[in-house]
Amino acid sequence: MTAGPSAQSAVTGAGVTLGLAVGIIGLSFGVGAVSAGASVWQACAMSLLVFTGASQLSAVSVIAAGGSFGAALGGAVLLAARNGVYGLAMSGVLRGSLVRRLVAAQITIDESTAMAAAQGNRAAAERAFWVTGASVYVFWNLGTLIGALAGSAVDPQQFGLDAAFPAAFVGMIAPLLARRRDRLAAALGAGICLVTLPVLPVGLPILAAGTAVLVGVRRP
Amino acid sequence: MTWTLVLVLAAVAYAFKLTGLVVLGGRTLPAVVDRCLALIPAALVAALIVKDTFASGQDLTIDARAAGVGVAAVLAWRRAPLIVVIVAGAVVTAVVRALG
Repeated sequence: MTAGPSAQSAVTGAGVTLGLAVGIIGLSFGVGAVSAGASVWQACAMSLLVFTGASQLSAVSVIAAGGSFGAALGGAVLLAARNGVYGLAMSGVLRGSLVRRLVAAQITIDESTAMAAAQGNRAAAERAFWVTGASVYVFWNLGTLIGALAGSAVDPQQFGLDAAFPAAFVGMIAPLLARRRDRLAAALGAGICLVTLPVLPVGLPILAAGTAVLVGVRRP
Repeated sequence: MTWTLVLVLAAVAYAFKLTGLVVLGGRTLPAVVDRCLALIPAALVAALIVKDTFASGQDLTIDARAAGVGVAAVLAWRRAPLIVVIVAGAVVTAVVRALG
């Protein structure tokens, strides 16, 4: 099965829209990073090099709350660990030379993986991965730059920018819940996170929620 | 914020991505592992929604974010475009916060 032109442009449209949405979150990251004491250069370097939103936001929020280097790094690393699993999941989808895969690795994140996973076949999934990953990379970094330059002149909470992140995830998860087992894994993941949030260190509840994938052990 | 934090985090984050995609990638996995991997986005994204909506540090709170994300969830369920879902979530949160 090959995707027709209309299906391809739908994927491109969705990828670009997602990028724009992430750009708004990047804006709030830039503002937050500078208010936490980062320079504009540091905020931009983080988005260019680290490029995994949840980790960056976590590191900045720990630093802003007066946390240590170790606490900031620890939470961020735990959140970054899931990209390794995304990479494993995407390894069957992404083909090509080593250089191509080394580039793909940098954009292996929530959004590109989720968009690829929502496609019906490998070619469409690969296309969705690249379009979404590239779009998110461009807009995330653009948003960071603008936010960092705007700096402390903007209060992210005043514009509800802190809710842009979960709202984006709500929009992303909707197409992922087609199968009953996906809904079960999502409900379990949310439940585990809720229960462990007050007792586990920042970052760990997300990894604990990963155990919800064991729903997949049973055959469908 | 230090450059050490930025660079160490960058190195670790890329190492994770690389390990999954290039080092371990390309192997045929047992069917049961495949089934579990397919559930990762749903499980983790659901957890991230809960964390970003209700967490305040390590405490759980219900504040303006819950209203915004609730509206976003209804819009997503009604198949509204993603950008509408996100902007509505942010605007409703801002308005509820301003009123509260």
